[in-house]
Amino acid sequence: MAEPLLEARDLTKHYGQVRALDGASFAVFPGEVVALIGDNGAGKSTLVKALSGAIRPDGGKILISGRAVHLSSPLDAREHGVETVYQDLALAPDLDAAANLHLGREICVVPFLRVLNRARMRRVAAAAFADLGIELPDPGAPVASLSGGQRQSVAVARAVAYASSVIFMDEPTAALGVLQRGKVLDTVRRVRDRGVAVVLISHNMPEVLAVCDRIEVLRLGRRVARFTAAQASVEDLVGAMTGAIAAEDGGQEAGDDR
Amino acid sequence: MTADRSMALGLARRIRHRVAVANETWTMLALIILVIFFTVREPGKFPTLDNFSLIAQNSATYLVMAVGQTFVILTAGIDLAVGSVLVLGGVVADLYCIHHGGANAGWSAIGIGAVLGMASGAGWGAMQGFLVAKAKIPPLIATLAGFGAASGVSYLITGGADFRTVPTRLVNTIGLGSIGGVPWLIVISFAVALVFGLLLAYTRFGRYTYAIGSNAEAARRAGIAVDRHLIKVYALSGWMAGLAGLLALANFDSTTIAGHTTDNLTVITAVVLGGASLFGGRGSMLGTVIGVFIPEVLLTGLVILTINQYWQDVAIGVVLAAAVYLDQFRRRLRERG
Repeated sequence: MAEPLLEARDLTKHYGQVRALDGASFAVFPGEVVALIGDNGAGKSTLVKALSGAIRPDGGKILISGRAVHLSSPLDAREHGVETVYQDLALAPDLDAAANLHLGREICVVPFLRVLNRARMRRVAAAAFADLGIELPDPGAPVASLSGGQRQSVAVARAVAYASSVIFMDEPTAALGVLQRGKVLDTVRRVRDRGVAVVLISHNMPEVLAVCDRIEVLRLGRRVARFTAAQASVEDLVGAMTGAIAAEDGGQEAGDDR
Repeated sequence: MTADRSMALGLARRIRHRVAVANETWTMLALIILVIFFTVREPGKFPTLDNFSLIAQNSATYLVMAVGQTFVILTAGIDLAVGSVLVLGGVVADLYCIHHGGANAGWSAIGIGAVLGMASGAGWGAMQGFLVAKAKIPPLIATLAGFGAASGVSYLITGGADFRTVPTRLVNTIGLGSIGGVPWLIVISFAVALVFGLLLAYTRFGRYTYAIGSNAEAARRAGIAVDRHLIKVYALSGWMAGLAGLLALANFDSTTIAGHTTDNLTVITAVVLGGASLFGGRGSMLGTVIGVFIPEVLLTGLVILTINQYWQDVAIGVVLAAAVYLDQFRRRLRERG
C-alpha cells in the first residue's frame, strides 16, 4: 500500500485522570474514504482534534506524507491541506454562503484598506457549490435561513474548496433527513474522486459500509481493528467497537505501518 | 408556464421576505411617519431648513459615538463608557490648548490637542477591549468600569470644575461655524458616518466585525484573530467618543464634565433603534443614522407642538422595547426560513 497522507502513531492525551487517547494510531491513504468509528468516549473526537491541530497530544507522532509535523493550531493543519468540517458546523449564521465559504480567507483589493472583492468571492463560491452539485435557492441569504442540509453543504463546500489532502467530517449526516443524507454522501464520493482523502466520523454503520473504502475502529483510546469495507459486516464493526472481537487488522492483510 | 409563474412568485416572496426582515426597513418607515406627522401638524414650523439643521447639529456628537457603538454592538458587545470617554477626550484636548495659548491658541496647538484627545479616547477604548477580549470580562462590566474610571480621571484633571477656556478659533469654526452654509458639526458627523459606514460594509475589517458577532467560535476556527479584532473595535469606539468630545468642547465652549452621564443610553438606544441586534452580527450604519435621528426628530416635533417634551422619554422607552421585540421576532422569522 502507498505511503499514508496523514498518520497518527501512538498518540496519547490525558484530561486529568482521563486517558482520552491511549496510544492511538490511525492512517489515511490517498484517494480513500476511511471511517473512524468507535463507541462514545472511544477517543474519536480527541483524535480528530489532534490531527486537525485543535489540541496538542501529550505524546506520540503525527506524520504528513511521511514527515513528522507539529500542529499547534488549526491554521497549521490547513497549511498542510487538512480541513475539518465540525459537527456544530462553525458557520457565521448572519453571513451569506459566499461570505462563509471565504471566512478568514477573504479575497480583497486595495492593499491596506482590504476592500472585499465581493463579485469575485461570489463567483468562486458559485463555482465551488456547482462543483459539488449543491443548489442554494438564494445564494445571498444568510445561512441561518437555510435548511440543515444546505448549511451542511456550505460547511462541506468550504472544506473541499481549500483541502488539498485530507478532510475530516465529524458526523456530517447526523442532523439530516434521508434525501439530504444521500446528497452529502454523494459529495463525499465526489471529493474522494478529486483525489482528496476523506475521514468520516460516524455512528451509522450501514452508511459507513456504503460509502467508505476502509474502516478503523477506536476503543478506549486506541485502535483495535481495521477493516476493508467490502469484507466487513455491521456485526464485525459493532463487535470491534464493543470489544467482543479483539483483533487488530481484522479482515485486512497485515500491512505493517507501525 | 406554471413553472415560470411559480418561480416568479417564489422570487417575489423572497424579495418581500428580505425587505420585511431587513434591518433598516422598519426604522426608516418610523422616521418617515414621524416627519410626515409633524409636517402635517405644523407645516409652517417643522419642515424648515433651519429646523432640520438644528436637529442634525444637536445629533452630531451622538451620531459620532453611535458610529463606534455600531461596531461594538455588531460584535455582540456594548460600550457603556462613551459619555465619560467623550468628556475625557475633551478635557485632555483642552488641557493641552490651555497650556499652549489658551483662548488664543493657534491651529497647530488645537491640532495637537485634538490628536491627544482622540488618542486618549482610543487608548481608553483599547484598554476596555483588552479587558473584554483577553481578560474575558463581560463587555457590560468592562465598560461600566471604564465609564466610572474615565469620569474619575476627568474630575481629577479638572479638579472638579469645568475648563471654560476653550480656543476661540475652535469654537468659532467647528463649534458654531459653517462651511459652504453647512455647519461643521453636520459635515464632520456625516463624514464620519459615511467613511465608517463604507468601512463596515465593504472591507475585511467590517466583515470580521459581523463574523465575530455572528459566531465568534466560527471566526476563531476560520483563523480570524478575534481578540485583536475586538480590541480594535473597542479602540474605534473610544476614538469616536474622543472625537465627539472635541465636537462637544467646541460646541459648548466648555468641557461639560457633568453633562454626559446618559449619553451611553442615548447612543445605545439609537443603534438598537437602527436595527442592530444586541446579540451581534446584524445591523448597518444606515440604520444607526436613522436611529440617531428618530429621538431627535421626536423631541423637536414635540417642542414645536408645545407638548410636554418629557413625553419624548416615554415614547423612546416604548419604541426601544418594541425595537428589541421586533429583533427577536425577525430572528425567529429568519430561523424558520
